[in-house]
Amino acid sequence: MSLIHSETLVVNCLRCSWVDPFKFHCSKLSIVLSRFVISAMAEERRQKQCSVVLPTESMKAMAESVGVGQLQEDSCVALSEEVSYRIKEIAQDALKFMHHGKRRKLTTSDIDNALKLKNVEPLYGFQSQEFIPFRFASGGGRELHFYEEKEVDLSDIINTPLPRVPLDVSLKAHWLSIEGVQPSIPENPPPASKEQQKTESTEPLKVVKPGQEEKGTIQGKGQSTTTPDGKGKEKGLIRLKPRSTHELSVEQQLYYKEITEACVGSCEAKRAEALQSIATDPGLYQMLPRFSTFISEGVRVNVVQNNLALLIYLMRMVKALMDNPTLYLEKYLHELIPAVVTCIVSKQLCLRPDVDNHWALRDFAARLMAQSCKTFSTTTNNIQSRVTKTLTKSLFDDKTQWTTRYGCIAGLAELGADVIKTLILPRLTVEGARIKAVMEGPVVSNIDKIGAEHVQTLLLKHCASVIAKIRPQPDNVEQYRAEYGYLGPMLCSHVVKARTQATLQAQQVNRTTLTITQPRPTLSVSQSGLTGSGGPRTPSIIKVPSSLTLMSPRPGTPSQPSPPATKYIVMGTSAGAASTQQVRVI
Amino acid sequence: MYIKYIKSEPPSDGFGNSNANDGRLLSSSPGAGTGGTATGNNKPAPGPPEEQQTLLAVLQFLKKSKLAESAEILRREAGLPEDALDPKGTDASGSGPGLAAGSGQVDGVDASSLLSRVTVSSSAAAQAPKKDSSLAACFYSLSASPDQPDVSVVLSAYSQQGDPSLYDAYYSGLKRFIESVLDCHRAELSQLFYPLFVHMYLELVYNNNESVAKAFFEKFSGDQECYYEQDLRILSSLTKKEHMKGNETLLDFRTSKFVLRISRDSYQLLKRHLQERQNNQIWNIIQEHLYIDIFDGMPRSKSQIDAMSGSLAGEARREANKAKVFYGLLKEPEIELPLDDEDEEAENEEGKPKKKKPKKDSMGSKSKKQDPNAPLQTRIPLPELKDSDKLDKIMYMKESTKRIRLGSDNLPSICFYTFLNAYQGLTAVDVTDDSSLIAGGFADSTVRVWSVTPKKLRKVKSAADLNLIDKESDDVLERIMDEKTASELKILYGHSGPVYGISFSPDRNYLLSSSEDGTIRLWSLQTFTCLVGYKGHNYPVWDTQFSPYGYYFVSGGHDRVARLWATDHYQPLRIFAGHLADITCTRFHPNSNYVATGSSDRTIRLWDVLNGNCVRIFTGHKGPIHALAFSPNGKFLASGATDGRVLLWDIGHGLMVGELKGHTDTIYSLRFSRDGEILASGSMDNTVRLWDAMKAFDDLETDDFTAATGHIHLQDNSQELLLGTYMTKSTPVLHLHFTRRNLLLAAGAYNP
Repeated sequence: MSLIHSETLVVNCLRCSWVDPFKFHCSKLSIVLSRFVISAMAEERRQKQCSVVLPTESMKAMAESVGVGQLQEDSCVALSEEVSYRIKEIAQDALKFMHHGKRRKLTTSDIDNALKLKNVEPLYGFQSQEFIPFRFASGGGRELHFYEEKEVDLSDIINTPLPRVPLDVSLKAHWLSIEGVQPSIPENPPPASKEQQKTESTEPLKVVKPGQEEKGTIQGKGQSTTTPDGKGKEKGLIRLKPRSTHELSVEQQLYYKEITEACVGSCEAKRAEALQSIATDPGLYQMLPRFSTFISEGVRVNVVQNNLALLIYLMRMVKALMDNPTLYLEKYLHELIPAVVTCIVSKQLCLRPDVDNHWALRDFAARLMAQSCKTFSTTTNNIQSRVTKTLTKSLFDDKTQWTTRYGCIAGLAELGADVIKTLILPRLTVEGARIKAVMEGPVVSNIDKIGAEHVQTLLLKHCASVIAKIRPQPDNVEQYRAEYGYLGPMLCSHVVKARTQATLQAQQVNRTTLTITQPRPTLSVSQSGLTGSGGPRTPSIIKVPSSLTLMSPRPGTPSQPSPPATKYIVMGTSAGAASTQQVRVI
Repeated sequence: MYIKYIKSEPPSDGFGNSNANDGRLLSSSPGAGTGGTATGNNKPAPGPPEEQQTLLAVLQFLKKSKLAESAEILRREAGLPEDALDPKGTDASGSGPGLAAGSGQVDGVDASSLLSRVTVSSSAAAQAPKKDSSLAACFYSLSASPDQPDVSVVLSAYSQQGDPSLYDAYYSGLKRFIESVLDCHRAELSQLFYPLFVHMYLELVYNNNESVAKAFFEKFSGDQECYYEQDLRILSSLTKKEHMKGNETLLDFRTSKFVLRISRDSYQLLKRHLQERQNNQIWNIIQEHLYIDIFDGMPRSKSQIDAMSGSLAGEARREANKAKVFYGLLKEPEIELPLDDEDEEAENEEGKPKKKKPKKDSMGSKSKKQDPNAPLQTRIPLPELKDSDKLDKIMYMKESTKRIRLGSDNLPSICFYTFLNAYQGLTAVDVTDDSSLIAGGFADSTVRVWSVTPKKLRKVKSAADLNLIDKESDDVLERIMDEKTASELKILYGHSGPVYGISFSPDRNYLLSSSEDGTIRLWSLQTFTCLVGYKGHNYPVWDTQFSPYGYYFVSGGHDRVARLWATDHYQPLRIFAGHLADITCTRFHPNSNYVATGSSDRTIRLWDVLNGNCVRIFTGHKGPIHALAFSPNGKFLASGATDGRVLLWDIGHGLMVGELKGHTDTIYSLRFSRDGEILASGSMDNTVRLWDAMKAFDDLETDDFTAATGHIHLQDNSQELLLGTYMTKSTPVLHLHFTRRNLLLAAGAYNP
């Protein structure tokens, strides 16, 4: 079919026989076709039985694009109906190929194959892994959707290094079931899904209702759960209660022993491996109560003994458990949160508070706390508000030691900008005065001085970014002094830097966050030793806490993606940095 | 070799007198065959397709093909004047020859010789599909009955019509009537809604009452059973007369009479009502387009009807499932079991006789009395056992002594083979019977074969290297293998489209693959090269499978026919035509005498390999069938479809005997355990489910009444039969296989 000269010819095309106009449409109106397939699929989804027809404007636009102006309205209507019909036909055939390709997703190759089936040349150039979005343009009362075809410089393509060769197909075997029981190995889905654990812990009543999940029959529920009971012998009412297995198999006991030993043992490589296992293994659900007891007991003992290293190891275990995507910790928070809070605010965490870097542990634990608040705080358990209350109470207490004070501030600050704004900023003057008393006052113990320095650094770090957000632009030192007292001038310079930092493109910042995402306290200990307490934050922790809590009445504003570069904090408080640099512990 | 077209002549009750000339035309048609191919798909009939004009066109065509005699007969039959054959309309039919070559390629077989072999069986309502059947098409075009794919003629049946605006009233009138009848009849008569709705809609569309048709569709489409939704969607896109030409779904509807099973009482009720109301429109449709299978006795309940309905053309006629099927197994050849193997050495003296005894018993009992349901050993020729086959049989027997007895409290272990990095490209999987090799067909047209045992895949050395081998040496068979290139994976290149079907030969020497490119390829697993490309299907071939005895294989595809091939013939031995839509899966009966095919028309058909007849039609699925499995004893068939249900069928009685509900997505694989106690099903919903097959078949009560009427009472006991559900992480289960020791192997590609 050659070029069309007039709309009469177009209509003639339609009239002659069905194959030809179809061919014609496909070759000339290919874009419409591929585009319509998508809307045809959408139609499929909507289950709408009535026919959707292409707008006649599309026909006009297409005709213009192949050089036919002035299509008459009638021809457009006729064309669009015909094209719509043919495209639906193709979509239906393409579905066939999808089914036989054993996929759920319709691909462009399915459509190509369907076209081939009709003896039509397939569309070339639509083999894309990614979704090709439509661009939209309007003007002169017309609306257009089109594909953006970027011009690509060939030399660019030639000069870029070749992408990695995709991995070849490989075959891997695992046990899906052993004599009817599905083993909990990483290859199998977790025996109790996270959602299930969640409903069990948050809505215990729901679980009791029979047939919640499937088909409304009790037996159905019992058998559809993938928990390892397999044999299908137990039926009926026994299943009404959520099962809690208290016995661990021999393998699990061995695993537990190995893991806990490795976690608190001396070999760092083994520990990393064990933590990795805790963070990824899907079958830990049943061991969770043991782990949680292990941690809480461990913290209790080691706080008394001031064993900083072990406390850090235990916190890393908490972190690993939290990272495990198959575990839902809600049920065990009553054991974990006290342990974590202890590590944040305890008066003494190490044998030599003047040299050991217990600050890093506090930071790390504070982050864990914030994360668990964010994930598990609900209106019924009120974790976040309870934690905030506790921390604020001891922060407001004059007799609180510097170490605890530091922990309280860290714990609160990690909860997000809103908490900082409502609870810490008003305290700045008071804290500033207290710091001043230590720094400039008469001789005090070295420990107090270090503590004060750390609190100062911490306050500056957290508050600067928040102030930068809420204060209008001109940063006047005097104003700051008037408002925030002793810390004012330093805050001012920090805020200025924070502002410049924010305007800078965050490339460097990104890199720093990327390199420090490891959840290992060892890393953060050594790093924060270098950088003052401007320790790294994992991106997951940075997110705003849910705005449900009592303490953050306003909707949370997204906090800074990362604290303003950690480097200059070191420079700014060279004294603190100098003192902390000697105290690398681990 | 001879090929047989299975074709049915529709019973004449519904046709009126136009059918009267059927027989005569058939007898005169062989001569017309060669030229007749040209009418197949491309006969343009631009004008208003009135009966007369069509006849004229046919006459002209006959005349052109120098078939004066047939033309004369037709002319006389139709009562046309002598001069009706003047050449003024020649151009209409003249455009054919250009394409005639294309549609005439019926596997290169001389058409007339073929035609002479055509037999007419009344068992199956058949529609001749596409090119292969253009011969059939020419039959029908001659007979001018509505049963033919020449569209304009088909559609012309729609041209006689009443007032379009009254259709609505007709339909609602019938609806009101059916809603007001007694409960026991309502369910049965409700079956009428769907076919009537479709035909009325098509009539409206055909007569260019687009808006009326649309309104009609919108008003009543919601009333139809949900399982017809897919067809309705296709129907809804049909809004113009032009669309009706070349639409396959439409042709299916027109060419096959929709079959309804209604009790005599209900039928009488309906008939009386329609006569009272003088509702000729509906009566005409019932007469012309429906086939009502009337039975005596109690009307069926809604659930009974629902269990059987859902197929594209209604239920199977009762007589379609009456033929005798020899579902028994063939006698196993007796093989002396050598006892001098290393395995036996370990055992003590008592072990030997013990081991041999049970085998002898089982073998003996089989050989002594021939199973009355088994086909004769020589019913179809089977390849002779080679020595290597005998060795394999011995291995098989040894393995089977170690087989685990499965049951509801002894579930199999499942080993899952996951294809990683397949990028959604895995389309077919097969495992050898001894579970040593696994093959995958991929969308990138490759076939990959893995060895899952430590034994690597070796190919025969090249000819030059083979010359150097000492041919007298004892281990020459070892020496011809190339150790250097041995690997765990071999890739077979050759197809030019996604590979949708794959099957190992029982002796593990060959592999079959069927592809989108329309070919089936036979690969040697000795040389890892392609040996033959079987051409015949011109469209994608969705599935292929080797016979359990090797040599034969079956294939089915988009062209709606299944073909039976032998590996040493490049042309098919049998063509099984009758399905109304794509054949999606094919399976051999364990005795190799029958072939089951599942189709997108939502029916399963069982074909006799010996004579090519369709011996069973099973309806009841509500979606395209994607998995079939015969029970090891050959008595039962399990089928799985996109609707996520597994249906169980008794082959001997031709009955549905069970329904297993549980899957939530398409079932792509089904397999019985080696002793038939457990049925495993694998699905797109990422689960493997195990079902208690023993119980499902034990509970069965096939009394004479059910057998005679085909009315089944299915208990809803899926939950009791479900023995286990095993989720994979995100891997659809594409293949299942029980090893000889009853370990279940599953395979699928991980879909992140």
